[in-house]
Amino acid sequence: MTQDEVFAKVQDVLTTALAVDKEEVTPEARLSADLGAESIDYLDITFQLEKTFGIKIPKGELIPENLFSNPEFVSNGKVTAKGIAELRSRMAFADLSKFEADPDINKFRDVFTVDTLVRYVLTKVN
Amino acid sequence: MRWIWIDKFEKFEPGVVAVALKNVSLAEEHLHDYVPGFPVMPASLIIEGMAQTAGILVGAARNFQEKVILAKISNATFSRLVRPGEQIVYTARIANVKETGASIEGVVTVRTRVAGGGDGTSQLVEEPVGTIAMMFSHIDQNMAGLKFPEFNFVFNSQFMELFETYRWDFQIKL
Repeated sequence: MTQDEVFAKVQDVLTTALAVDKEEVTPEARLSADLGAESIDYLDITFQLEKTFGIKIPKGELIPENLFSNPEFVSNGKVTAKGIAELRSRMAFADLSKFEADPDINKFRDVFTVDTLVRYVLTKVN
Repeated sequence: MRWIWIDKFEKFEPGVVAVALKNVSLAEEHLHDYVPGFPVMPASLIIEGMAQTAGILVGAARNFQEKVILAKISNATFSRLVRPGEQIVYTARIANVKETGASIEGVVTVRTRVAGGGDGTSQLVEEPVGTIAMMFSHIDQNMAGLKFPEFNFVFNSQFMELFETYRWDFQIKL
């Protein structure tokens, strides 16, 4: 499946799950900040991606867990170099460059853009 | 007033499907407040009935260990009003369930008696009312790591009594 094909389907999933217009779902749109996703919407999106692409998304694979509660990975509200390395290994599909420049944990949600979902799905379908 | 919007389970397959009934009575105040002069069952309370049917179904899937909270109504579409003397049938199916929550696909129909048979009698028919898709969160598994009281305040004694005794396979001889 090509990147464009995956993007088109992810766009449909997000249009339905977040009740937004198709035009808003651009590759760089952030799920929470731009498209208004709340925490339950991430579960909804997970279910719909599984159904649409016939894949399984294990807990913690798309959205890493138990990371920011580890003092080795977070210091003064910022993700440490070790934390970044951990994120890189767990989220090889994501572009973390912007987050690395300002690793404030409150900005971690911004890592989840439409493009991040597309990249993740590509690792599962191909 | 008790916040119970279903009367009885007609079918219950844990983790799969639940069918619950609600008899709509002219004695219920909310019917008169919604559209004055034309008693109908408010759509919002039909959604609540589905949420209770589906919530118990989702709870049973994990032996009522999780606190199951309605988190999202993905869509709700209605094509028919429900009026006094009719019986609402809620059919809730689990579409997905994971550690953190579940999604439900619900169908609402109504059983009603209409004229038929040609001899002045009536016949029972079942007609479509709408569809409701909703999501539930297992709130102890929330992403933010928020803590809630240990006591399961969702599945209180009212709901457990409803689930255990108001069902097709539980009969009290009168």
